[in-house]
Amino acid sequence: MADNNRSIGSVFLDGVITENPTFRLVLGICPTIATTTSAINGLGMGAAATFVLIGSNAVISLLRNFIPDKVRIPAFVVVICTFVTMVQLLMQAFVPSLYDALGMFIPLIVVNCIILARAEAFASKNGVLPSIVDGLGMGVGFTGAITLMGCVRELISSGSIFGLNVLSAGYQPMLLIGMAAGGFMVFGLSLGAFNLIVNRVEKKKGGVKA
Amino acid sequence: MNEILRILLFMVSCVLSHNFIFSRFLGCCPFLGVSNKVGTAAGMGLAVTFVMGLASLFTYVVYHFILVPLQLTYLDTISFILVIAALVQFVETFLKKSSPSLYNALGIYLPLITTNCAVLGVAVLNVSEGYNLLYSVLNGVFGALGFLLAIVLMAGVRERLELADIPKCLRGFPIGLIIAGLMSVAFMGFLGLA
Repeated sequence: MADNNRSIGSVFLDGVITENPTFRLVLGICPTIATTTSAINGLGMGAAATFVLIGSNAVISLLRNFIPDKVRIPAFVVVICTFVTMVQLLMQAFVPSLYDALGMFIPLIVVNCIILARAEAFASKNGVLPSIVDGLGMGVGFTGAITLMGCVRELISSGSIFGLNVLSAGYQPMLLIGMAAGGFMVFGLSLGAFNLIVNRVEKKKGGVKA
Repeated sequence: MNEILRILLFMVSCVLSHNFIFSRFLGCCPFLGVSNKVGTAAGMGLAVTFVMGLASLFTYVVYHFILVPLQLTYLDTISFILVIAALVQFVETFLKKSSPSLYNALGIYLPLITTNCAVLGVAVLNVSEGYNLLYSVLNGVFGALGFLLAIVLMAGVRERLELADIPKCLRGFPIGLIIAGLMSVAFMGFLGLA
């Protein structure tokens, strides 16, 4: 076991808040923009990525002493790819509508930087249990962030959340937000808002200490 | 004659109206990560163009001459990523010998072309759209030229941005994303071409 200094709970919270992959580390931008056109798509993408993260983190941490250092990246990619293919086949069989909506972004989970980054930075140095928790935390953080953005974009572009109409019929939908341009802008603005909140909280904490 | 016209139209649409970044959201990580200087951005764009052109050629061959006859098409993702990883390694070794300055400038981003989703994306797209060999390679090369155009434009804007007075919470990635959004609106105008 490499390090047991940090409790399992703090590893989990790191992924969800302090090292949130989407808002803090700004990794995996492409799926974030492409799959947040509606809340349900964001949630589906998040769930698929979380499954891959947990699976690949667990397997890579089991194999970490057997994989030679020089070929570790190709080895990690093959492990990740195996899980992605599993997710792809499972989704095709059980949730075909979501499979069609996410389309080519399911195979592209392979090149989602979050997953390779966690394999390299965490799973290859830590035991199985912390790695699984880290995968779960990062996955929940990613899912939360993209579901939130999906809600915002769906609300503005069609006046509904998870397909339920929440705004009155008189609401004029702003279609731009559902398109590529809106994805970039909503992501940029929510990133700015997250930074603002984090700065405020840190300032308050600093004030209490001083 | 009609065929030539169709190919020309296809090339233009790959660069402008179906731009990889602005309408397909592929390759956003290097687009935001390496767009601080025009020179580096152009180098990255050229490296990606080279890899994407070769990747479309090789993945087409692997898919249609190995995977389809053996009925192993469910292994497409895994074999594509291995082909791409090998290609990137090749480009890296080549650049190290032939142009060390460019190699140093691209630094960490060169191995990252492996995880550039535009490269795997073009391979997956070629299969799902059922393009033939010519169209697959054209899609790779001209799609990558669209990426080059976008990243160089972005670098030009960001060089000016260093002097601008931006609210603290929006500095860095957030403002980059908002600019990308505005550029994407401009690129939507090209949809009329098709």
